[in-house]
Amino acid sequence: MKALLSFLAVIILILVATFGGSVENLHFLFGIIIPYLAFVMFVGGFVYRIIKWGRSPVPFRIPTTIGQQKSLPWIKQNKIENPTSTLGVIVRMAMEVFFFRSLFRNTKTELTQGAKGPIISHGSAKWLWLGSLFFHWSFLIIIIRHLRFFLEPVPVFVQLFDSIDGILQIGLPPIYLTDLFFLVAVTFLLVRRFVVPQLRYISLPADFFPLFLIMSIAISGMLMRYFYRIDIVAVKQLALGLAQLHPVLPEGIGAIFYVHLFLISSLFAYFPLSKLMHMGGIFMSPTRNMISNSRMVRHINPWDHEVEVHTYAQYEDEFREKMKKAGIPVEKE
Amino acid sequence: MYKGGKIIASLILFVAFLSIPFFYNMGKVNAGPENLQASISQLDGQQCVESADYMRSNHMQLLNKWRQSDVRDGKTVYVNSQGKSFDISLQSCLECHATQATKNTVGVNNPALKTSDQFCVSCHNYASVKPTCWSCHAGPEGAPK
Amino acid sequence: MAKPEKIKTPKPGEIASSIDFKSPATDWMDTPTEIKPGNFCWGAKEKDLLTLGLPNPRQWSPLDDDWKLPEGWKSTILDGLSDRLSKYRSFKIFMDICVRCGACADKCHFYIGSGDPKNMPVLRAELIRSVYKKYFTASGKFLGRLAGARELDEDVLKEWWSYFFQCTECRRCSVFCPYGIDQAEVTIIGRELLNLVGLNIDWIAGPAAACYMKGNHLGLEPHAIKGNIESMCDDIEDLTGIRVDPSFNRKGADILFITPSGDLLGDPGIFTNMGYLMLFHELGLNYTWSTYASEGGNFGFFTSNDMAKRLNYKIYAEAKRLGVKWIIGGECGHMWRVLNQYMDTWNGPADFLEVPKSPITGTVFENARSTKMVHITEFTADLIKHGKIKLDPSRNDHLKVTYHDSCNTSRGMGLLEEPRYIIKASCNNFYEMPENTIREKTFCCGSGSGLNASENMEQRMRGGLARANAVKYVQDKHGVNVLANICAVDRAAFPALMDYWCPGVGVYGTHELLANALVMTGEKERVTDLRGDDLPGKEGNE
Repeated sequence: MKALLSFLAVIILILVATFGGSVENLHFLFGIIIPYLAFVMFVGGFVYRIIKWGRSPVPFRIPTTIGQQKSLPWIKQNKIENPTSTLGVIVRMAMEVFFFRSLFRNTKTELTQGAKGPIISHGSAKWLWLGSLFFHWSFLIIIIRHLRFFLEPVPVFVQLFDSIDGILQIGLPPIYLTDLFFLVAVTFLLVRRFVVPQLRYISLPADFFPLFLIMSIAISGMLMRYFYRIDIVAVKQLALGLAQLHPVLPEGIGAIFYVHLFLISSLFAYFPLSKLMHMGGIFMSPTRNMISNSRMVRHINPWDHEVEVHTYAQYEDEFREKMKKAGIPVEKE
Repeated sequence: MYKGGKIIASLILFVAFLSIPFFYNMGKVNAGPENLQASISQLDGQQCVESADYMRSNHMQLLNKWRQSDVRDGKTVYVNSQGKSFDISLQSCLECHATQATKNTVGVNNPALKTSDQFCVSCHNYASVKPTCWSCHAGPEGAPK
Repeated sequence: MAKPEKIKTPKPGEIASSIDFKSPATDWMDTPTEIKPGNFCWGAKEKDLLTLGLPNPRQWSPLDDDWKLPEGWKSTILDGLSDRLSKYRSFKIFMDICVRCGACADKCHFYIGSGDPKNMPVLRAELIRSVYKKYFTASGKFLGRLAGARELDEDVLKEWWSYFFQCTECRRCSVFCPYGIDQAEVTIIGRELLNLVGLNIDWIAGPAAACYMKGNHLGLEPHAIKGNIESMCDDIEDLTGIRVDPSFNRKGADILFITPSGDLLGDPGIFTNMGYLMLFHELGLNYTWSTYASEGGNFGFFTSNDMAKRLNYKIYAEAKRLGVKWIIGGECGHMWRVLNQYMDTWNGPADFLEVPKSPITGTVFENARSTKMVHITEFTADLIKHGKIKLDPSRNDHLKVTYHDSCNTSRGMGLLEEPRYIIKASCNNFYEMPENTIREKTFCCGSGSGLNASENMEQRMRGGLARANAVKYVQDKHGVNVLANICAVDRAAFPALMDYWCPGVGVYGTHELLANALVMTGEKERVTDLRGDDLPGKEGNE
């Protein structure tokens, strides 16, 4: 049901875009206004969300320590997962951001009934890590590849990504490896939400919607490249026009391009409103980005306030006689 | 803001990164690939092997088909959708898609193909697509491989 | 008000076969919360909340329909939520960025032991996230349930109470979360909110009130503390022929020693305490106990940030009053999360103390240069490394030992090698439990964060199943009969858990094992260990 609603939402977006793409008069709206609007919403929304997070202080130093602390000199500290230096934190964050270190730890817990009672095993489970890694990296490379539409002349590094990505030289135009990885990975991420019972139970429409949306973006892009070919030169003129703030609308770009563009615009606009903000959030997660030096350097809580305490004097007043009788020294005789 | 400086600096970097395309292209003219029309407009029918729209989107498919027919199947003539026949040969392309000065010198040292004001190269550079023609054909000296 | 009654705990086989990880047919928002005997702790008592000055003191029972919530409780909770969103970046980010990838789901010991989907960390956070969305995000306001948002009502509040007291704040989920989302942080704030309307549990509010007034969770008064410790000294004298003579509230001592009060009363905590006494005596350490700051643990931490700070205040205050140079802390789990990550921020700077320096080895504890408080296993490991104490590990040869990392010392500190070093130096038979159940991936005892009551025994046995099962593995494989640890809650909670899931495994503090092996100057020949069990080769000598 939740998935169906999200699916329908994406279908509606596709229909709207198909309509927009096939009516010449709407091209200005779908080719220029909406992409600009989406970009502004993305950048503005992203910055707004980060600043909103930033305005809440970090009152305590609460890194999750995932390795040996720094203590005695002869005990080997885990300098990355329990970092006491900025460099350690940078490496830790880099491992999280680029290689999904924490997800790599994932295990699968299984309970079986043995002869002598239950047996719980915690086996390695790397599929989620692998799927996510392929998904995110492919997405990034695909975005970099798309820079060829926005930059003129096309920089060497973009060309390099392009030629490496198409290294198999299968088909014409050659198929991109990332296109395949991306489609497989996004399908995997979607399918697991249907087939893993726990995951199906916790998933919200807000989990299905971005997956359907991203999948439809991928499919529309691949249809354009491999099946219903469009005039690439015209597409680049449009894209370049957008980037130069002198938008032009070349004729003869197929409707499918407008579908692709509209779906991307939807994703951009939706991004800051959604859980997709984990892209920014991971950098600000206090359990990962803090130096674990709470016993070495005092951390200041900006909203720290006085609290009512029970002082020693109050304590002694209550127990003075008992203390004296037990031979425990007191302040006031 | 705790670590406010770092947050603001990161945001500036992030926005700067996103605005690369705007600055990169600043002040340039969005003219599209040069010489897009080439000499095709000088022809009688003003049409390539197939319609211009078709060619723009599908020329790579057509060239692929030509290679298949010529090299593998031994068919050296292509009949287009209007019933007109063409020799399957790179020469047929260059009949039109080369400047008058350099016409008919393909395969040896055709300056038409290596300078960016010529047909294949200018478009392909613009879209950043590297054709694989020259991995078999003896390309002109300096042509992109 | 419903009366507390004797609650029967099901047999191990019944619990084991009842876990099926199948989600209910109804969506979690439509599945009512069951307040089931055996699965919850009694509500906080009126007198304890009055002592602590906490809101809405009254007699109530979780089994009643009416929880006697105060007027306007809903706005109290929502204002409290808004306040905490502006105070804790952690909480705000954790509310926003979860993608529900499910990596945390089967990492929680309560989920593993109960199969209740609301015990998946992701869903436990969703209990509060759904309310956050409804009142604090645009999507939740407009899309409502479609965005995973829901209204706050009394049932939701009861659900929070049930599930935030089914989380032991162990942080295991946070290790596996790709964004480091820490359910402990969410639970801590959830419990703070519940405390705003008087919804605490007796097992937390009682000890916290005792600690506030009397200095320790057990409510031991000064003369009782001294009496207990002196009777331990008697036992030590019987065992070794050496009279240990500790001091109390003594000004002029170099070091203040603070341990959880669980070590002062009852088996097996007292054996660990005897271990401290014997070690310090053997070293001739110039240290003192305090009856005022007689609690290392902090049940205020399970109530609210302010409450934790109020209890924690005594440690530095007493160190200052007595004029000591630095502080050693005993074996305890959550105590060290608090000391390591909170104390200095709350009640520091401790600039009246000196950077800790071991008077025996000269080692300067640079890692504690600001808090000035050293973990006893750091202190002892340093002694052993420098050969300052003589150990005869063969005295522990009748014990086959495995070691349980406390949640808080592993994931809120990173104290992993120090206790192992001590155990390996004190025992010849040491076996690790399986890789994914130790160190930073250690499993909770199931009774942490104030949940080691007796009325929730079924819940505790379920929560401890994952831990106990790993113990069972080494018990079957290596004949392990000792579960060593460095936590007073472990020592209080594990005996029941071991008897339930893996009978025959005893629970020992690390310093008890050390004291068994410790060769003291001038001691008589020992024939038993601290517990009175015959030493290997000395059977029948008495």
